[in-house]
Amino acid sequence: MKPGHGEVLIAEGDRRVSEEEERLVEEFRRQLDEGMWAAVPTLDGRSGRRRAELVQRYSDIPAAADRVIFFPRAAGG
Amino acid sequence: MLLALSVLALVALALTLPLLWRSASSLPQAWRERSPRRTGSVDPLGDPGRERRAEQRARELLRSCVNEEEWAMYRDLGFIRVAGGLSRRTGDAEGEGPAYAYLVYAHKPIVAYVPSNGRLLSEYCVEFPDVTGQSERSRLPASDDVLAKWMALTSDESRVIGRANMHLVGRQLDPARVRRDLWRLGEWERRRSRETPAA
Repeated sequence: MKPGHGEVLIAEGDRRVSEEEERLVEEFRRQLDEGMWAAVPTLDGRSGRRRAELVQRYSDIPAAADRVIFFPRAAGG
Repeated sequence: MLLALSVLALVALALTLPLLWRSASSLPQAWRERSPRRTGSVDPLGDPGRERRAEQRARELLRSCVNEEEWAMYRDLGFIRVAGGLSRRTGDAEGEGPAYAYLVYAHKPIVAYVPSNGRLLSEYCVEFPDVTGQSERSRLPASDDVLAKWMALTSDESRVIGRANMHLVGRQLDPARVRRDLWRLGEWERRRSRETPAA
């Protein structure tokens, strides 16, 4: 998510392909270095409840995640 | 007499010519400043079509992340209710519902309230400013703002609440309006439960 633009596709690739994963890792770090938060939407299989999970390391991204959403850090308004 | 008037007119013309020349030479600059479209330097962020498309994409993204009920709530009422998770006094599993919940509006403070009696607790002013400095406009599209709040609340409630500026309800939001929204939410849920009794 980018102020003034909305959703912007930053990178896409297959985590199982090492070259593509390197690019994903690099972009993930760059986004966090720029001060963004990274979240993965999740679905609880038992309760059916949807929520988000903040991830601070690339390795924290659940294997089943199909996307990571970066959004600006919350600040007092 | 006529000669004197003519000379006077010539003198007046000679005096005003420099002023007229100066005004005429500054016109193109002023015109350029006021009419960016004529020079081709259109501000891309000022394109209303672009903002509308950004909002449409944001709505689709929001819809893909929240559950069906939350999406319908946002579509019909313009806000989303998120259960508060910091208090474990009551649990959803027991069918009692959360001890408190939030109303998440776009570009307005998050409101905390008690679902069991509708008491308004506080409003949390939070925003998601551009941290890269690349965007002149600091606001996310409305649906992205709601999604950002939803993600922040459902993933790390204490962090986003800790960063927000907390006030009593009424600083930015009209309490009567929030109470009316709670009434609308109740009516919406009753109507929805009648239409889908199994849900």
